[in-house]
Amino acid sequence: MSTPKKPQLTPQQFEELGRDLDALRQRLLDSLGEDDRKYIYDVVKVQRALEVAGRGLLMASSFPPAWVAGTVALSLSKIIDNMEIGHNVMHGQYDWMRDPAMNSKMFEWDNVAPGENWKHSHNYIHHTYTNILGKDRDIGYGVLRMDEGQKWHPYYLGNPAYAFALMVFFEWGVMLHDLEVDNLRTGRKKWSETAGVRRRMWHKGLKQVLKDYVLFPALTGPQFVATATANATANLVRNIWAFSIIFCGHFPTGVESFTEEETKDETRGEWYYRQMLGSANISGSPLFHIMTGNLSHQIEHHLFPDIPARRYPQVAGEVRAICEKYGLPYNTGGLPKQLASVAAKIFKLALPDKFWAKPAGPRGRTVSKDGRTLRVA
Amino acid sequence: MTAQMDRKRRIPGLRLLEALATPHSIDRYLELVHPMLTIRELRGEVTSVHRSTRDSVTLTIRPTRRWRGFTAGQFIRVGVLIDGVRHTRCYSPATSQHSADGRFELTVKAHDNGRVSRWLHANARPGLVLQLAPAEGEFTLPAARPEKVLLISGGSGITPVISMLRTLCAEGHTGEVVFLHYAYTEADVPYLAQLRELAGAHPNVRLLLAYTDVEGGDLHGFFTEEHLRAAAPWFADADTYLCGPPGLMAGAREVFTALGAAHRLRTEDFAPAPITVDAEDATGEITFGRSGTSAANTGRTLLEQAEAAGLKPEYGCRMGICFTCTSVKTSGCTRDVRNGELSTDPDSEIQICVSVPVGDVELDI
Ligand SMILES: Cc1cc2nc3c(=O)[nH]c(=O)nc-3n(C[C@H](O)[C@H](O)[C@H](O)COP(=O)(O)OP(=O)(O)OC[C@H]3O[C@@H](n4cnc5c(N)ncnc54)[C@H](O)[C@@H]3O)c2cc1C
Ligand code: FES
Repeated sequence: MSTPKKPQLTPQQFEELGRDLDALRQRLLDSLGEDDRKYIYDVVKVQRALEVAGRGLLMASSFPPAWVAGTVALSLSKIIDNMEIGHNVMHGQYDWMRDPAMNSKMFEWDNVAPGENWKHSHNYIHHTYTNILGKDRDIGYGVLRMDEGQKWHPYYLGNPAYAFALMVFFEWGVMLHDLEVDNLRTGRKKWSETAGVRRRMWHKGLKQVLKDYVLFPALTGPQFVATATANATANLVRNIWAFSIIFCGHFPTGVESFTEEETKDETRGEWYYRQMLGSANISGSPLFHIMTGNLSHQIEHHLFPDIPARRYPQVAGEVRAICEKYGLPYNTGGLPKQLASVAAKIFKLALPDKFWAKPAGPRGRTVSKDGRTLRVA
Repeated sequence: MTAQMDRKRRIPGLRLLEALATPHSIDRYLELVHPMLTIRELRGEVTSVHRSTRDSVTLTIRPTRRWRGFTAGQFIRVGVLIDGVRHTRCYSPATSQHSADGRFELTVKAHDNGRVSRWLHANARPGLVLQLAPAEGEFTLPAARPEKVLLISGGSGITPVISMLRTLCAEGHTGEVVFLHYAYTEADVPYLAQLRELAGAHPNVRLLLAYTDVEGGDLHGFFTEEHLRAAAPWFADADTYLCGPPGLMAGAREVFTALGAAHRLRTEDFAPAPITVDAEDATGEITFGRSGTSAANTGRTLLEQAEAAGLKPEYGCRMGICFTCTSVKTSGCTRDVRNGELSTDPDSEIQICVSVPVGDVELDI
């Protein structure tokens, strides 16, 4: 499905790989403690301070400098709330603290997608079946063509437009994603089965809309419109940022996808292997990593989704060394590089294969002139 | 529910504040200003600490405004943060249930290998904030106070019964009360001065101290029928409340049963049933508390055993990564199949898809 052919490991190597990563995981688990608790609470403090400051500044939203400063603070608050706190807490990364306020079952984020729905699609479906075509519904989110293994259809000519819309309305996209419209269309899922999911969407969406577009604007009286647009802008900024970071996690060139067949009866080592090959990192400064919720370390996150994300940068070197030991790629690059790679893919896959792939060789394997394998069925 | 409603009435605009703070509760904002400012969450601040015996520590606790008091003999689940992890243990307030300012005292005995009790003994200081839950427990005096009451305790088991004694004294109760306490030596008696003072001030209260390791007490050695007759010859017509170490509890139950007075004996156990630590042990019974079913342990994961018992717990990955299956283990010991780690704490959350029971386990599903 990808370029070039996936690196092959022997069963012994898979087993050893599983052992290496399990040992690393155990070391991380054993070292969890007060520092991790303090860290996440410090992040919460910064986020809540930004939120209160943002909402406070917007009490004077008709005064342009206050509008700008308030919108910036609120955007940052929403980004941190959703990424370093929400995404990670709802992954169960802090469940070991036995603190209901930081528990995956109880936490809700400042986002229209209800945590409970998202956890099912994300923690279970996406993290268990990462990059398995036909099973991981995060490949293209049911609307985009993000993998060559998805069959082309004239509908996909709109790929760039759909991607743009998804970016702008990302929180709503994430919310609707849990409805599994694609499965409803194909009849794999019945409308009646989505009753709970829809009820939660309705409740959560209503509360979020009420807060951002009715209550806070109303509190500012005649500045209603200015406050509402500031809140909308903050939501938009968060949408664009989250979309960009998340798309850079699985869709840059070189990230592998898998077939259901390939992944039948997977061992622990093979599961780790798929997680590593199916993810890509973004390099950057420590502050950048925090603002991405450490999803800039998507590879480490996919190996250890339930370990506090602040640990990912700490073990990135070791994970990379393990990749090298087994000859596995460690896909990483700066944000511009990864984004460009994703954008190119969105445009490329909008077109039928014949526009970008060389004519198919025997049995789906295409070898280009320079001898590199292009397509492997 | 009613507590929540009257709270809403008393804090104007709470509903609006909550709609503005959504999806987070306002406590999540207030606690960042000060941990004791929470409106919904129950917490307590330690306001004073003293050590009356070598191995115990007494904490005075000022609860947050949500606190609704306790009944003498009840216990409170107390959450203590140790190295980032919240550990919850039960402690029985030792003060009278009638307190003007809502403060109460906990006396904790430091166990040699005890995680929470040793930590509190070593680290509790004024300003420490503990997580609290509303008081619970049935080990209480009847509302119509009995004519004659016998209170028996040993070691740290003194707390619920001294609370009963202090409550009765505070109520001006005139019926006969005998307080019989077992300790190694006089130096091991918590609240010694307070007990003597109460007995001195209330002619209806008689204090008897029994020392197991030294002479010099009112009684000597372990609980016997003679002790019982010496302390309260009228025991057959009285209500007896007993709390202490397993040896004392077993001894007293035996004596009361032999004398045909077992129905007058009320007890409270502090020590959990001993936990099997043979990690490969596939014996015992799995109780699914909420659905009221149970089954013999087959050694498979709790998720599989629950399903075999006809339950349908939520699950996702079945490999320990998605946390969909997380459930509360009410009691017992489980082993994580991934790394062999044991979970022995009661009331803790476990991922049932990767946990196998070790001996008896109760799950809240
Ligand atoms: C209803 C109730 C009320 C209680 N009230 C009080 C109270 O007022 N004051 C008080 O000091 N304790 C009280 N306890 C006991 C308390 O909840 C803890 O069990 C105790 O403090 C030990 O906790 P730990 O974390 O230190 O020990 P853990 O780390 O949980 O256990 C370590 C070791 O100590 C043993 N152990 C645990 N508890 C006891 C015990 N009670 N006696 C003997 N060995 C034990 C364990 O078997 C284990 O080997 C009460 C318990 C219950 C159930
Ligand atoms: S079912 Fe996913 S963690 Fe148990």
